[in-house]
Amino acid sequence: MKSQSQSGFVPIEQLIAAPRPRHWQTVEQYEALARGGSEEYCEAEDTPLDEVSRRRFLQLAAASFAFAGITGCTRQPPESILPYVTEPENVVPGRPKYYATAIPVGPMAQGVIVESHLGRPTKVEGNPAHPASLGASSVHSQASVLDLYDPDRATVITSLGQQRSWEEFRLALTNLLGPVQTRGGGGLHILTGSVASPTLGAQLQAVLKSLPNAKWHQYDAAGPHGARGGANLAFGRPVNTMYRFDQASVILSLDADFLVTGEPSTRYAHDFAARRVRGNRLDMNRLYVVESTMTATGGKADQRLPLQYSEVEQFTRTLGETVGVPNVTAASNARYSEWLGAVAKDLAAHRGSSIVIPGAHQSPAVHALAHAINAQLGNIGNTVVYTDPLEQEPTDEVASIGELAQALRENQVELLLILGANPAYDAPADLGFPEILSRAKTSVLVSLHSNETAEWMTWQIPESHPLESWGDARAYDGTVSIVQPLIETLYESRSPIEILDAVLNPPGRSGYDIVRAYWQGKSGRNDFEAWWRKSVCNGVIENSALPLITPALATNWAAKLPNVPQQQGIEIVFRPDPYMYDGRFANNTWLQELPQPMTKLTWDNAVYLSSATAKRLGIAAQHRVELSLRGRTVEGSVWILPGQPDDTVSVHLGWGRTRSGRAGNGAGFNAYRLRTSDAMWTAPDLQIRLVGGTFPLATTQLVQSMEGRALMISDTVDRYRSDPDFVKKMTKDPPDGLSLYPKWNYTGHAWGMSIDLTKCVNCNACVVACQAENNIPVVGKDQVLNRRAMHWIRIDTYYEGDIANPRGMYQPVPCMQCEDAPCELVCPVQATNHSVDGLNDMVYNRCVGTRFCSNNCPYKVRRFNFTLYEDWVTESIKLQRNPDVTVRSRGVMEKCTYCVQRIREAEIYAQVDDKGLPDGTIQTACQQACPTQAIIFGDINQPDSHVRKLKEEKLDYELLGELNTRPRTTYLAELRNPHAETEQA
Amino acid sequence: MSFEDEQRMSRRPPEPGTSVAVIAPHETFRSVTDQITSVVLTRRTPLFWWATFGAALVGIGFFVVSTCWLFYKGIAVLGNQIPVAWGYPITNFVWWIGIGHAGTLISAILLLLNQSWRNSINRFAEAMTIFAVACAGMFPVFHLGRAWILYWILPYPNTMHVQPQFRSPLVWDVFAVSTYATVSVLFWYLGMIPDLASLRDRSKSKLAYGFYGVLCLGWRGASRHWRWHESASLLLAGLATPLVLSVHTVVSFDFTIAILPGWHSTIFPPYFVAGAIYSGFAMVLILAIPLRAVYGLQNLVTERHLNNCAKLMLATGLILAYTYLFEPFNAWYSGDPYEMAVVNNRAFGPEAWTFWTTILCNVIIPQSLWFRWVRVNPKPLFFVSCVVLYGMWMERFMLIITSLSRDFLPSSWANFVASFWDNALLLGSIGVFVLFFMLFVRFLPMISIFEVRELLPHSSPTGGSEK
Repeated sequence: MKSQSQSGFVPIEQLIAAPRPRHWQTVEQYEALARGGSEEYCEAEDTPLDEVSRRRFLQLAAASFAFAGITGCTRQPPESILPYVTEPENVVPGRPKYYATAIPVGPMAQGVIVESHLGRPTKVEGNPAHPASLGASSVHSQASVLDLYDPDRATVITSLGQQRSWEEFRLALTNLLGPVQTRGGGGLHILTGSVASPTLGAQLQAVLKSLPNAKWHQYDAAGPHGARGGANLAFGRPVNTMYRFDQASVILSLDADFLVTGEPSTRYAHDFAARRVRGNRLDMNRLYVVESTMTATGGKADQRLPLQYSEVEQFTRTLGETVGVPNVTAASNARYSEWLGAVAKDLAAHRGSSIVIPGAHQSPAVHALAHAINAQLGNIGNTVVYTDPLEQEPTDEVASIGELAQALRENQVELLLILGANPAYDAPADLGFPEILSRAKTSVLVSLHSNETAEWMTWQIPESHPLESWGDARAYDGTVSIVQPLIETLYESRSPIEILDAVLNPPGRSGYDIVRAYWQGKSGRNDFEAWWRKSVCNGVIENSALPLITPALATNWAAKLPNVPQQQGIEIVFRPDPYMYDGRFANNTWLQELPQPMTKLTWDNAVYLSSATAKRLGIAAQHRVELSLRGRTVEGSVWILPGQPDDTVSVHLGWGRTRSGRAGNGAGFNAYRLRTSDAMWTAPDLQIRLVGGTFPLATTQLVQSMEGRALMISDTVDRYRSDPDFVKKMTKDPPDGLSLYPKWNYTGHAWGMSIDLTKCVNCNACVVACQAENNIPVVGKDQVLNRRAMHWIRIDTYYEGDIANPRGMYQPVPCMQCEDAPCELVCPVQATNHSVDGLNDMVYNRCVGTRFCSNNCPYKVRRFNFTLYEDWVTESIKLQRNPDVTVRSRGVMEKCTYCVQRIREAEIYAQVDDKGLPDGTIQTACQQACPTQAIIFGDINQPDSHVRKLKEEKLDYELLGELNTRPRTTYLAELRNPHAETEQA
Repeated sequence: MSFEDEQRMSRRPPEPGTSVAVIAPHETFRSVTDQITSVVLTRRTPLFWWATFGAALVGIGFFVVSTCWLFYKGIAVLGNQIPVAWGYPITNFVWWIGIGHAGTLISAILLLLNQSWRNSINRFAEAMTIFAVACAGMFPVFHLGRAWILYWILPYPNTMHVQPQFRSPLVWDVFAVSTYATVSVLFWYLGMIPDLASLRDRSKSKLAYGFYGVLCLGWRGASRHWRWHESASLLLAGLATPLVLSVHTVVSFDFTIAILPGWHSTIFPPYFVAGAIYSGFAMVLILAIPLRAVYGLQNLVTERHLNNCAKLMLATGLILAYTYLFEPFNAWYSGDPYEMAVVNNRAFGPEAWTFWTTILCNVIIPQSLWFRWVRVNPKPLFFVSCVVLYGMWMERFMLIITSLSRDFLPSSWANFVASFWDNALLLGSIGVFVLFFMLFVRFLPMISIFEVRELLPHSSPTGGSEK
């Protein structure tokens, strides 16, 4: 508190008298609420209005009227609504428009196409032209649109609790920069995440050029620190490593959850799955996974070996020695040496078509060894390729934030500019954040939310969301996309490039001008206008992928390898959360309620323990425990994770936020509090202590065993080879004519779906996509605990085999659209009926809510609005809604519709435009998002349709087909490809 | 009459040469009428009545608060969830409607079978039926997601041109229950008309005279009145008789029509009817035993009544026990793994306590009814009746939740947890029932005067022995 007053920071408590409001985002709002204002628009009431002269008023009025017709109506006043006199060009109400842009997460971006209804972006889809997407999308891309409309976003520029205008900030900035400039930038520190945006990178470099004494720090708490260190170790230079899974027959993952976590996972999962079903499924790739936490990738593995984090390095060394990497020696471990030998043999047998992929958070040594092993196996240039790094300035980020902390401690920071980072929350715990932030004379934070760091800042500028600002971003292979806004900024926000431009070229230009000017200079083309239009329109800049390089291993790299860490006591492993990433998505309710891939947990992270370790420590699931590491403690709730290596505690980063907004605050526990700069990803000697009591964790699937029922059919490719009809033999198809009712003859379309279980990797992108498309409400932790989650599609995750090392079975379950639907028979009011094209329609308006349909649904895919789950109040959330889908109210049943709104729209336009409906025209939201194309939808009456071909495959089966529900959604049984030799080992 | 007197009476052996007394000897037309009308017209309202009425008001408090909260917030205040989308409300519905069945059985079937002993218990048993059906009827409404459009379940001409979906047993339910309620109310009221006239004739205050005068519809006791009254009673009894079987059969269709393992079973209709009568007789006894003690009606509701009701309970309880036994056999014989899993889950799953409570309450404890001492002694009989009534609630609860909580896909399995409001609503409905019943006892003849008079030797050509 003392240090705060040095910077003129007055604690909020002193500023405001009681009563204290519960939810607030900005200091202004807090004050307004304390005075008794409304929660929603409180900032408006104390906005200092300029004196407006009559003349000025008329000017503004005239301008408003003139522009009203141009901009379209995103927010209309309730008083009078006037129709367009002259319709704006290309705007047809009811017909959405689509724009290409990109959603950056950390240093990597995914190219997307965003659906926009009358100026409101509503739904994000992958951009088929973008290499990191190929039309599919990650959970982050899908959920980004909700972040845009997050009602808890920072909305106004503030300084020390007072609302300020942009002009005031700019003036203040000029005043601050004056003395800084005289010192050549001395005292100016800029903190960003990992920067891969070319424009932002160029701006930062320009700042450093004009102010050589300024410092630029980069810190991305969940970034690939180990990969950077590994590249430096192996090649003596930073590189970007890319993997070509579509060409790899044998893959060994060293603690890499490459199918689900991290931004390239969308593309990697796509390539992996494509290779998995090659040659009529008989030419399958094989996936070995060695991992320190049970992940979705590990569950998918043909063979998996749970090892502690530190043992992975030992394993990698031994593997290096076995495949013949020069100068690498290791002591072998009897526990897995046989297994390792078999894997090594398999890898060696597939020279040039194998991959050894280390996890982004694994140690630099593992990365360096993996580079060497890939080189030894001849994979480099074939399945493993390198480019220059994506980042403009690849840095040792842990050291970088350490330098900032040092400077702050030494009171050397005159002006601290934080662009999108949140060190008060995610910096290593030993550096003294957040208190040392108050040592900066002046500090400016640009961020989406008024986050933990904002509390310590002199200025806070709301950051523009990528969907409302101009920018550029790189994909995992370096391909650049121009980020274009789909909507004018909702609040008084600025993008980082606009802030930096205000520093560089006061008074600063618009984001559009900055990005365009940068690329005008960069492309150096005469036909720039055409090039620019094409690039923006397509969402990718042609040929902008970074060129491949072939770095050579440094001469004595092996000698520089650190000693193999010795395992001591219980090890803790920190992992980025597959959904929260480093915590930036904490206030995204879709991601909060998205079930974690393997545990189906929502709204919390957990202390993952193996069953044996938990038993030994006398701990059971949901027990509250205190983790202490080197004197630092944090309290969490335990979850027993099958397949977790013994004596390893895994925790996900990105939870336990205190100032993320209403949804994220208090969800989970903050694992950053244990994480120090010398132990960023793992640490030995963790102490676990029961603190008594339990803390309930909300999972959407309580039973993860199939109870011996043939629900998800999975077998080896060898079985399929020797007995192609094995699935048909396992399942009973009831004979025709069992129903009392005559069979319906589908003369037109007959919609159906096929889900390929071999391809599903449990990334859950379909679940978020469905939620975004179908206006599915979020219900909150209490309601999830009460078994009332609303997701229309779920991924049933079962474990099979030994609890110490099980296989994961992933089965996406949407509505089966049964032809003899049990739900239809029991509805007393005809609220659920069959359509002529075989859909099981749900008529919300007619539903009285008896819930008999749900009782009678053997798949339990029906979801009930037990209370008013949809947010009918928050204005910004309303903008996100898909206007083609009813916003349900309380008391009605709902369920997957096969995205009937998309079907009907396509049918209408096919009729209007007098064209047919070729196969593939209609994609359901889940199908469109699916990275692996595991979900295929289409017309089963069409002889050559993709879905029909899949349904004719021998692996096709109906879930619970013996009930004679005749589901339209069928599954292709999963095939796996275990290696006979390792199986024995 | 004190409890000791009653004990003495119950131990008295029947007089040789006569059948066991339906009503005590030495009663006359006048004594019967005096005794029954005095409860309403002249006697001080006993403390027992006020205490029970007060307790019922507390129940009403629960009822009002919980229904208001339920309608304000929605079904989320209850324990219902996915997969257990039906919980307490449907359990309560089946329970209450089952309770009603004994009343109809007594008043209609036993009338047609000339079981004249029924004459002294049929009135309040019918009242019980009506109040139980009223309580039952509320619960399907409470459990609806959107109760305000309940009428969509009815077929009526409407601008939407949509009619109910007649394949759904819930629609059949509406017809079954509404028919049942209508016939029961008519039957009850029709039977009461001569007695209401008696009350009118004996009333001392203008208010009571007007009240009963309007209600008795100008009954003068003319022989034409009596003739029509008797044919109407018989006709309604004929109408009500099939309802005893059909209503609960239809209610059981709410479960059997579903494909859910544990519900999808042809044994349910007889099983449900037997269970309904079982719980109904338990309720009749729970009501009769305190009433006869408080109002000194041991001369009219004799040990023979208790004995007969207990025997009927024992018989229906055994039918129930048979179905409990048959269910696992059925599951095993079908070879259906899901059915077998449900049987296993009921007995040994996480909600097995509901099953074993049911067995204990409905099968094991009622076996004590084999002993005559239990059957004719009010205290143990009252206890067994309470146990059976609770057991029958638990049985319906068990049937609903154990089948729903673990059906086909283990991924959706989840156990049911009742909320405070679930229990408050059940308690509230009991409050409603007791309140109405207490008002009935206070303001209407709780025992049929004219039918009891028919039992007197003077009114019978055979001189009092049973036909």
